Amino acid sequence: MSLPPVAATGTGRGFLADPPYPGIFGWIFSTDHKRIGLMYLWCIVAFFCVGVVLGLLIRLELWAPGRTIMDAQSYNAVFTLHGVIMIFLFIIPGIPAAFGNLVMPIQIGARDVAFPRLNLFSWWLYISGAALAVTALFTGGGPPDTGWTFYVPFSARTSTNVSLATIAVFILGFSSILTGVNFVTTIHRLRAEGMTWTRIPLFTWSLYATAWIQILATPVLGITVALLFAERVIGTGLFDPAQGGDPIMFQHLFWIYSHPAVYIMVLPGMGVVSDIIPVFARKPAFGYKAIVVSSLAIAFAGSLVWAHHMYTSGMSDLAVMIFSFLTFIVAIPSAIKVFNWLATMYQGSILLDPPLLFALSFILLFTIGGLTGLVLGSAATDVHVHDTYFVVGHFHFTMFGGTGMAFFAAMHYWLPKIYGRMYDKTVATVAWGVIFVGFCITYLSMKIVGLMGMPRRYWDYLPEFTGLNQLSTAGSWILAIGLVLMFVNLIRGVLYGPPCGDNPWGGASLEWQVASPPPTENFEQDPVVTHGPYDFKKAGIL
Amino acid sequence: MSVHVHKDYTGAKFGMWLFLFTEVLLFGGLFILYSVYLARYPKEFISAGSQLNIWFGGGNTLVLLTSSLFVAVSITALRRGATRLCLGLLGGTVGCAAIFMVNKFFEWSAKIHHGIYPGSMHLKEMRPGEMVFFNIYYLTTGLHGLHVVIGAIVLAWTMVFIKTGRVHAGDWVILENAGLYWHLVDLIWIFIFPLYYLILH
Repeated sequence: MSLPPVAATGTGRGFLADPPYPGIFGWIFSTDHKRIGLMYLWCIVAFFCVGVVLGLLIRLELWAPGRTIMDAQSYNAVFTLHGVIMIFLFIIPGIPAAFGNLVMPIQIGARDVAFPRLNLFSWWLYISGAALAVTALFTGGGPPDTGWTFYVPFSARTSTNVSLATIAVFILGFSSILTGVNFVTTIHRLRAEGMTWTRIPLFTWSLYATAWIQILATPVLGITVALLFAERVIGTGLFDPAQGGDPIMFQHLFWIYSHPAVYIMVLPGMGVVSDIIPVFARKPAFGYKAIVVSSLAIAFAGSLVWAHHMYTSGMSDLAVMIFSFLTFIVAIPSAIKVFNWLATMYQGSILLDPPLLFALSFILLFTIGGLTGLVLGSAATDVHVHDTYFVVGHFHFTMFGGTGMAFFAAMHYWLPKIYGRMYDKTVATVAWGVIFVGFCITYLSMKIVGLMGMPRRYWDYLPEFTGLNQLSTAGSWILAIGLVLMFVNLIRGVLYGPPCGDNPWGGASLEWQVASPPPTENFEQDPVVTHGPYDFKKAGIL
Repeated sequence: MSVHVHKDYTGAKFGMWLFLFTEVLLFGGLFILYSVYLARYPKEFISAGSQLNIWFGGGNTLVLLTSSLFVAVSITALRRGATRLCLGLLGGTVGCAAIFMVNKFFEWSAKIHHGIYPGSMHLKEMRPGEMVFFNIYYLTTGLHGLHVVIGAIVLAWTMVFIKTGRVHAGDWVILENAGLYWHLVDLIWIFIFPLYYLILH
């Protein structure tokens, strides 16, 4: 893109050497989108590590039937925490809040987001919500034991500290809403000259679709947990049958948010993959417009399918059939994306660098997760596998194999840009291999043991499930080793890696045209965009 | 660090409208519950709803509509440079908010005096549909009352900005956004009033 060369800042450390205030205040009071993005990133990585440890504890407890390392009540608390931390503190903010903040304004040629102070406020809300969630573990009647879905009537009656956890979820939702408002406004109003809607990188497009879901769905979660809080504290039993309420209405309201929320989780991951594949195949994205439209279609259709979580909850059969039909519709735009990614790589000059490896594993694992989702979306088969380990395997394939892998891909793709240093690619490739093998062992065993009939969330199980559970637990150790290797390598790269230059991967979108690390307001002069984000010929890459 | 002054009125209003969508959806959850339970317990909703005092509800509707008028006129006043008039009108709006809350206090007090409040013994002796009605009535009007208080605080804060000169005839988007928020508070009441006070009588 026709950009004036950016003068190297004094130290060559860009925004990293230019804090607005001294010390830690240069981070926690900075309104620079890159600083906020990095704060999100490392907080999210920290919570992810906590979530992983909790997950390993769950797997360890399930090594053998009966008590292994903890009692049943602790087990309930641990899987609830694992879910709450992974969902609300890692996957939902993971890619949009961290990499959206780091990259999106640069991708559209803006100096910052539309409301920088609101952006900082969102981060503070995230940290406050996270702090409250952690406080809920150690205060009141003990850590919540409801599962992350907080289903009534149990959540309204349990003596554990659900009330504080609902406040935490409300605040985290508020943070998510404000980020969504900020991003939609930014993408509408702050695009550089020449950055037309069809020249927006696909990652930013996916954030745009995601931000609309954040705006339109999250308030419903807000009112749902607020009503649960009111039911617990002042006894307004809107979901309590003894007071004329209906517990199924809680499930409806909860899933009106929480199903679209799975697209808040996965759409940005798809955006990361859509951005990475053309760069490492050295070909323009195949079907750019189809990918854009499919993102918006997923955002729209995904809002209409919430009740497929409730086939066995006692809805009418007609509702079950309608929601089952709508669920199959969501598979279409998801498949459009997969075919477009494959077509982009067809006859490309593939560079098997770590970001592409993670992106490729996204495609494979997400496809497996998506296809097993159809088994669950079809009411007839769902009745058999509902609430079994098959479901646990399914959503770990989509969420961890999908969004998690995309998060790792994004780290390997953009961290060199943000820090200006390259990690060790060989170690990264080995770490990817270990993670991939560990992942498949851990979660494929869950799917099989689920098909055999093992229910989810149970502390104990029948002896015939022991073998597969031990295989899954062993897989979780391999996975953990891979994760440690990957994070250590990334952090070493960020701190001590060799300088990587401004465009280590040969990308054609705007973030690769500025210095690494980018200067404080990204561009010395506002850029003028003359070609699309994957036009490698015009960008002079090919 | 270079200071980059960026003023985008359209962007600021755009962001505010997006935020207002989220408020509509927040109340939307309660309206969904209202409609589902109304369909399930129509008779109980009518018998419970007719116990609400239409004069409290109607009076508060008038108060809120007047306050919205004040806000709308105050924006025009500021743009024409009539700062004192603008402050007076905004003061009138905050006053209306106070009257609304006092009214609400008396309305709720009367109900509570009759033993009708969430978790009360009297409520628990009622039919299930009536219990649901009063619970959702307290939650909806309570959440709306909270928004009235927040809106009044936002408007009072804007008055301080006008006094200190941060918001003036040439830069009034903060006042306009605060006004938009207040209109939303009004608008939600425009739906609450008929649903709870009119159609069930």
